[in-house]
Amino acid sequence: MANRPLRIVVAKAGLDGHDRGAKVIARALRDAGMEVIYTGLFQTPEQIVQTAIQEDADGIGLSILSGAHMTLFPLVLEQLKAQGADDIVFFGGGTIPPEDAVELKKLGVKAVFTPGAPLQEIIDFVEAECGKRRELVG
Amino acid sequence: MIDRPVGNGTTSASSYLRTGPGSGAIDRTISDVPLKTVYGPEDVKRVEPQPGEYPYTRGIHPNGYRDRLWTMRQFAGFGNAKQTNERYHFLLSQGQMGLSVAFDMPTLMGYDSDAPQARGEVGKCGVAIDSLRDMERLFEGIDMGAITTSMTINGPAAIAVAQYVAAAEKKGISRKLLGGTIQADILKEYIAQKEWIFPPRPHMRVITDMIEFCTAEMPKWNTISISGYHIREAGSTAAQELAFTLADGFAYVEAAMARGLDVDAFAPRLSFFFNSHIDFFEEIAKFRAARRIYAKRMRERYGAKNPRSWQLRFHTQTAGCSATAQQPENNIVRVAFEAMAAVLGGTQSLHTNSMDEVLALPTEKSVEIALRTQQVLAYETNVTNVVDPLGGSYFVESLTDEMERQAEAYFAQIEEYGGVIEAIEAGFFQKEIAEASYRYQRSIESKDRIIVGVNHFQREEEQLDMDLLKITEEVAREQARSLNELRTTRDANAVATALDRLERACRDERDNVMPHLIDCVNAYCTEGEIVETMAKVYGRYTERSVF
Repeated sequence: MANRPLRIVVAKAGLDGHDRGAKVIARALRDAGMEVIYTGLFQTPEQIVQTAIQEDADGIGLSILSGAHMTLFPLVLEQLKAQGADDIVFFGGGTIPPEDAVELKKLGVKAVFTPGAPLQEIIDFVEAECGKRRELVG
Repeated sequence: MIDRPVGNGTTSASSYLRTGPGSGAIDRTISDVPLKTVYGPEDVKRVEPQPGEYPYTRGIHPNGYRDRLWTMRQFAGFGNAKQTNERYHFLLSQGQMGLSVAFDMPTLMGYDSDAPQARGEVGKCGVAIDSLRDMERLFEGIDMGAITTSMTINGPAAIAVAQYVAAAEKKGISRKLLGGTIQADILKEYIAQKEWIFPPRPHMRVITDMIEFCTAEMPKWNTISISGYHIREAGSTAAQELAFTLADGFAYVEAAMARGLDVDAFAPRLSFFFNSHIDFFEEIAKFRAARRIYAKRMRERYGAKNPRSWQLRFHTQTAGCSATAQQPENNIVRVAFEAMAAVLGGTQSLHTNSMDEVLALPTEKSVEIALRTQQVLAYETNVTNVVDPLGGSYFVESLTDEMERQAEAYFAQIEEYGGVIEAIEAGFFQKEIAEASYRYQRSIESKDRIIVGVNHFQREEEQLDMDLLKITEEVAREQARSLNELRTTRDANAVATALDRLERACRDERDNVMPHLIDCVNAYCTEGEIVETMAKVYGRYTERSVF
């Protein structure tokens, strides 16, 4: 258990079909040695959290480029709390204006990556944060 | 000497030397075409015929932009129909020549604004259109007989055309007078953009119904805009964009011919929509190759006789995916280069992206700068006086041939699958694009490809000094109220009857759904109700995801 690779759910929510970023991230995390579960498109916040719990994921990365981030990120957070799964590291990215990113971080989103964020930065973040969670949860 | 920003990337001898990995000295195009230092006569196979002559590599008009500039058409839509209507009046007053409607996600996916799936998405990346009533508001005070309108919608394209026709006819403007374009390119939805509703085969039937209807009833309407834009945005190379888009185009031609339509009756009203990315010459070569491949195929394989059927006309939009969130003002410069590539490539119309679109919908100010960029290009640079000024360039002609060669190789692969739909079902395009986009991202990570402000010349502290447009949730509440009111005041019997007839038409392959859609729209059925009815017959599509 302790030595298994980190498990990350990469998710797309709502009606947003822009999946280029999500797929690139999924692949980069996989190439970095993690197990990646890509949810596919059009998931509800409920489905995303369910997937993460069932897959025993260490982290959820949510990608939103449709402008619905201020609705959908909080709904995922709400679901994580409701399911008692808020130890799962929740991060995301997309076309998210800086002030919204600040707001989302206040609400409990661990990191928000915008277009142009280096893959290595995302990989480092996921390894560090999800690694910490793994140590705590075991 | 170049002024360099402070911080990372300050002047040092090493930043001028262009050798070795990580130096940004990539000697290949985005489509991986190796580039020679110099090109010469040995790189050119033939002398292309003049502009206006088959196969139109050099352009479809003999006089290029001398007779007529490209149409400056900025894509716009946000919030509710009233807000967008105000933006349209502004754009028209600023010298824009045609309108281009951006719909919000729920509208694009066939959901009403009050559907649970629409949470957080109403009015966000386009305008919310739930029923004919919204379409009427969208064009209030605008002479629909005098302007041309482009509507970027695919899954529910046939419904949007029905709404547009009904809105015009309510103003007493005949459908025969309506000019514009509907995107209606469902194949690229499965390939790249992902805004599908039904599975590919029934969707093709609805699109073919629409082509048939418009061919007969709307002589000034472009029935389909076959789009590479989204394929490119999803991460494809220029060559993939070219090949996959044209392959889609040929699939529509074949579907319409299989319906018994004469190729020359509908082909002159097909148009294309391409991306203009930052690899300057490759983009120009792509546009030139597109015209040549299309002309040859239309004439030789499909037997078109009317020269209009051979001519590939296209709209271009600068590459959203080339814009950066870092130092967003730099996007103005990128857009200017990309726009020039589109013009040197002979585009018929152009949308220039606004610098802030990577962060939010554009503000009025940034939209104005984007439009001014086109006006500077058109009126100051003097690039409009000579047609295909790069024709005969050893390099550009050679790159045009290479684009064509790569496209033909892809056509052969698609044919091995049995056609476009079969290749979609096998995940071929999706996989090719995912590979290309990953390669591209990796080349940025390794700094083989330099993106200014992203992996070189960064500012140490990035501070955004820019107003962004905000769409509030009030739009969703307002749309929901308006829908409620509509559902209680309209004639419920008329709604039920129209939907029932539509369902029967969907089941009957010999019928055409378009007149039934117009009846539904006129009875004020909502888009969600219409889609729901059609989905009862056709089902909804789900994708097998690959990454």
